[in-house]
This record gives sequence, structure tokens and C-alpha cells, in this order.
Amino acid sequence: MAKRVWVWTEVTDNAPHRGSLELLTLARALGTAEAVVLGPADADALASIGNHGAAVIHHGDDARYAEYLAEPQAATLATMAGADAPDIILFSSTPSARDVVSRLVAKLDVGIIANATDVAYDGDDLRVTVPWGAETTGTVTLNGSKPHLVQLRPKAFAAEEVGGQAEVKAVDVAIDDSTLRTRVVENVVEASEGPNLEDAAIIVSGGRGLGQPENYALVEELAKTLGGAPGATRAIVDAGWVPYSHQVGQTGKTVKPTLYVACGISGAIQHIAGMKGSKYIVAINRDPDAPIFELADLGIVGDVLTVVPKLTEQLRNS
Amino acid sequence: MKIVVCAKHVPDPNMPMEVDTGTKRLKRNPAQSILDPSDEFGIEIALQIVEKDGGEVVVLTMGPAAAEDALRRAMAMGAGRAIHIIDDALAGSDALGTAKALAAAIKAEEPDMVICAVESTDAYTGMVPGALAELLDLPQVTFARSLAVDGGAVSIQRATESGYQTVQAQLPALVTVTASVAEPRYPSFKLMMQAKKKPVDARDTGALGVDAGAVGESGAKEEVLTVELIREEKQGVKITDEGGDSVDQIVAYLKKIQVA
Ligand SMILES: Cc1cc2nc3c(=O)[nH]c(=O)nc-3n(C[C@H](O)[C@H](O)[C@H](O)COP(=O)(O)OP(=O)(O)OC[C@H]3O[C@@H](n4cnc5c(N)ncnc54)[C@H](O)[C@@H]3O)c2cc1C
Ligand SMILES: Cc1cc2nc3c(=O)[nH]c(=O)nc-3n(C[C@H](O)[C@H](O)[C@H](O)COP(=O)(O)OP(=O)(O)OC[C@H]3O[C@@H](n4cnc5c(N)ncnc54)[C@H](O)[C@@H]3O)c2cc1C
Repeated sequence: MAKRVWVWTEVTDNAPHRGSLELLTLARALGTAEAVVLGPADADALASIGNHGAAVIHHGDDARYAEYLAEPQAATLATMAGADAPDIILFSSTPSARDVVSRLVAKLDVGIIANATDVAYDGDDLRVTVPWGAETTGTVTLNGSKPHLVQLRPKAFAAEEVGGQAEVKAVDVAIDDSTLRTRVVENVVEASEGPNLEDAAIIVSGGRGLGQPENYALVEELAKTLGGAPGATRAIVDAGWVPYSHQVGQTGKTVKPTLYVACGISGAIQHIAGMKGSKYIVAINRDPDAPIFELADLGIVGDVLTVVPKLTEQLRNS
Repeated sequence: MKIVVCAKHVPDPNMPMEVDTGTKRLKRNPAQSILDPSDEFGIEIALQIVEKDGGEVVVLTMGPAAAEDALRRAMAMGAGRAIHIIDDALAGSDALGTAKALAAAIKAEEPDMVICAVESTDAYTGMVPGALAELLDLPQVTFARSLAVDGGAVSIQRATESGYQTVQAQLPALVTVTASVAEPRYPSFKLMMQAKKKPVDARDTGALGVDAGAVGESGAKEEVLTVELIREEKQGVKITDEGGDSVDQIVAYLKKIQVA
């Protein structure tokens, strides 16, 4: 039987989050897709959510949802689900979604599956695909009362514009003042040059093998020449060479470009977790036994400080 | 100021993670398990706060006997005492079950602040801290890349996808921290010896007043049905570069895959 599926949909500055739009694709395949939007969203934002497949949008228009972290959102979702539980609520793997869903789990005393890449039903039984580490995939289910909660990795589905129009229903839940405890005082956007990491078809990433912070420019130049975005390992983010927004990996961004060039990166499992979905992988590393070579389609055993600038120069000239 | 830091004993992240296809659980070899490196950041910032403002750092774990190693390591860094939740009934807990057990132990301590990592290194659901905050009825401030306590309030820079937010809450509160929050200290030999004598308070579900049916495998709502190993050996090409002579081949490859 077709399921009722809610997608907790994040809207920031009137832009629906791409991860939420991706989940509407999955929700439509499972049954009736309903978006839940808590916080300000204008007509264009709501139209875009409908266009991506939501049949219904439950909209709670109160600005305080955006001014306070997690608690008012989790409380409202719990009230909504208590009154009229869907089969499942889907969340994308973003910091805000994690804050909300982790509180909601305890409020509703239901199960949560995190880091999933697919959801299906076998009759009434939930089947969720969860990759673990680099080499294992599990099929996991949830028992107990509904709604079941699942958080999915970005890029598991493509956001599709299907030309639909959603019916917008006002969320009729009053915010309880006792949930207004964690206040967002300031929002700072750290601008980065070139295409966004998650959108880039080509990513050139650098690691500690670059030796020193100034050499990260070699990565940026190669990325620019290829029309791609520069990425980084946590090692050099922690060392302060580049901002956190560049970090690819388990605790950074998940990327899925056509080409990923790893420069002076060892290939630690936490880094691989974020980039192994890349279509083609080129790795340059001095150590012939570096784990990154197990993943590479083209492995170059060599010095990044020689190979990368020469490569950039040759590409510029050709 | 009393701070409880939750810290997990996890398989060494430098070893490949393996799931036992029989039990469908993570293979945990105590000899290759360590204090979660992600939790060291929380321990460090807690120690720094207490060194400045006074108070105590209590480290808390849930896990089998070997998990005491993680507590000893945390105490060698400077935590004053430890609580070890240990009970066979807890085996196979899901994230919410884990949070229920941890919450019971924290409640009895009445701390001003609870610190967790954003996610554990082994299972990385990231669900325990938020569930804990809810069960303890605490505000949560999360993804801290810096953290300051001033009087009765905590203020953090919260890492977001596009930059950061400044977020504030009154204490008591639960905080989750990222690697940027502080550089963990390396315990001296002397401190490691001293840590062996520090008290570890072992508690089971009975002592905590936790319903054993609500935790462990019996309480878990999450059930692993199948586990599949997918060892994809990539048949990649590896060439050795001498002074930049591989560049032609890289360019040819990029042309072949149509990105240059
Ligand atoms: C909980 C947790 C979460 C983590 N999350 C992430 C994450 O999201 N993303 C992430 O990236 N990491 C993450 N890490 C860190 C990860 O474990 C590694 O420490 C990190 O990825 C290593 O970065 P690196 O490859 O730059 O450095 P290293 O491991 O130091 O590797 C440097 C490499 O460069 C090579 N090299 C040196 N000089 C040269 C040269 N001149 N030319 C060519 N090659 C050279 C070396 O052979 C080596 O292989 C996490 C760790 C933990 C514990
Ligand atoms: C590969 C894998 C996937 C899993 N997926 C799921 C899932 O989708 N849903 C689910 O409900 N369970 C899942 N589990 C079970 C879950 O990992 C355990 O219940 C675990 O005890 C708690 O989750 P976590 O380690 O992900 O905690 P996280 O929430 O990632 O941990 C964050 C922080 O909470 C604190 N913390 C967590 N556990 C402890 C502890 N035992 N002692 C002290 N502090 C702790 C630490 O500070 C830690 O850094 C999974 C287990 C594995 C091995």
C-alpha cells in the first residue's frame, strides 16, 4: 500500500535545501509526498517544493522556528505526528536536521536510522539501506510504533522538477515558550570562490602531502583551470590552512563529482566516506602504498609539488 | 561548574571497520580499541573550562569491561573521576537505548553542562546527544567549533553548511563539539600512572533505575536484517612519476573521460 511520507524540508533565506528536494523524489516513489516546512518561506519557495513533488506542504510560518535551534521544531513535529502520524518522516543529513530528529526520537520513543542511502517497503515492512565503512552494506528495519524516522545522506537521489503544485496547509500548533531556550544570535556566511563543492562536477582536493599552507594554491589553481572546486582533508582544515566548508569526508561534505583529484591525500577511511561516490578518481601521492590508490582509476606515484603545477600549466596551454 | 563528558570506547579508526556477518554487529577487538578521538576534544575543552572557572570534570561511558580503558585515558588527560555503565543487558542497544542509559547516570549528577562529540567514530549516527538533551530536558547547542562559558550561559560558534552561527543558551545545557574546539593534550607518564588510582564508579541498569527491557537488544527498535560485504577491487592504473613525466598521461586520461 502506498505510504504517507513526510519530508522535513529546510528552507533558508527562501531557498529550499537541495537535500530536502532530493528526498521528495524518494517520497514520491514510496507514496504520498508531504513536505513539512517550519519557519519563514515565501510563495516561490513553496512553489519550488510543489514543483519537486510534494502533494501537500504543512507550513508553520512562525519566524521563531528559525530564530531558535531545534527545540520548537522538534516539539511541533511531535505534536503533529501525535495527532496524525505518517508512516515515515525523512530527514536529510544536515546539522539542523540532525538536531531536530535526534530530539524527536526521544520525544516519540520511536526508532531512527541514520546515514541511509535508500528506503523501500516490502509490503508493510520497512527496508533501509545503510552503507557502513567502505566495504559493508546493511539492510535495516525499524520495529515499534510510527512514524519511523530515517536520515539520508545527500546525493542518494536526484532532485527532480516534476511540475506539481502543492496544497499548502497551515500548521496549527502553537509554539510553547519553554522550547525557546537556544537562540541563534548571528548567522555568518563564509563565502568561497568558484563553484560550490557539492555542485561541482570536478573537485581537486588537497591534503597534508602539500607540505605547507601556501601550497594549497596549487590545488586551487588546478581546480580553477579544470572549472572545478577545491576541497580538503580534515587534517589541513584542522591545521587552519582552509575553512571547514572545504572539508570532504565523514564529518565534512559528501561529494559525488564526475572527477575527484586527490593531491597528497593518504585516503583515510573518514575521508573516503565522503568522496568514494566520485565517478573517476585520480590520486597523486608519493607513497606507492597509500590507501587512496586502492580507489584510484589513475594513480600517480609522485611528488604533488612537481606534478600538480606542471599539470595545471599543460592544461592551460592545451 | 560540574561538567559530564560522554566518551565512547571505539575500534581504532585507523583500522578498517568490519561488521560480523553472523552477529550483524561491529567487530570490536578490545586490544585495538581506544578512547574515541572525537571525544578527546570534549574532554579537553571541559578541562580548560574547569581549570579557568573551577569545578570538576566527570567522564561517562557505557560499554563492556574493556571500555574502562577509555575512562582511564580521559582521567589521564585530567578528568577527576569516571562513571562506567556496564551491564550485559545493554548489549545491542540502539542510539535511543544508549541515550536512556546515559541520561539516567547524568541525571543523578545534576551537572551544569554535558558535553558529547557531534558523532562517534564507529557508528556515527549522531543521535545520542540530541536524544540525551531531550531525555534530560536540557537545551542543546551543537556542532561547536568554539565554546565559551560566561556566568550562567554558554555561547558557541556553530558550524553550518555555509559558515557558522553564534548560538547561546542558559546553563545547564548539552553541548556537542567538533574537532576545532580545542587541541587535546597528551597525558604525561605521571598523569597516566595517577589515573590508574582515580575512582571508576561502575553501575548496572538496576543501580540506574533503567528498565532493562527498554535498552539493549530487547529494547532496540532498530534491527539489522542483512549484512553484505561489497569489496570492490578497482582495476585502476598506477604509474610512477619521474620529475613530472606523468603529466602527459594524466592529460590524456582527462581527455578520455571528457573532463578536459
Ligand atoms: C572522527 C573522525 C572524523 C574524521 N572526519 C574526517 C573527514 O571528514 N575528512 C577527512 O579528510 N578526514 C577526517 N578525519 C581524519 C582522517 O582520519 C585523516 O586523519 C585525514 O583524512 C588525513 O588527511 P591527509 O590525507 O591530508 O593527511 P595524511 O594522512 O597525513 O596524508 C598525507 C599523504 O600525503 C602524502 N605525501 C606527503 N608528501 C607528499 C608529496 N610531496 N607529494 C605527494 N604526496 C605526498 C603522504 O604519503 C600521505 O599519504 C576524521 C578522523 C576522525 C577520527
Ligand atoms: C555501523 C553502525 C550503524 C548504526 N546505525 C544505527 C542507527 O541507524 N540507528 C540506531 O539507533 N543505532 C544504530 N547503531 C547502534 C548505535 O551505534 C549504538 O546504539 C551506539 O551505542 C550509539 O550510537 P552512536 O555511537 O552512533 O552515537 P553518536 O550519537 O554518534 O555519538 C555521539 C556522542 O555521544 C556519546 N556517546 C555515544 N555512545 C556512547 C556510549 N556508549 N558511551 C558514552 N558516550 C557515548 C559520545 O560523546 C559520542 O561521541 C549503529 C551501530 C553501528 C555499528
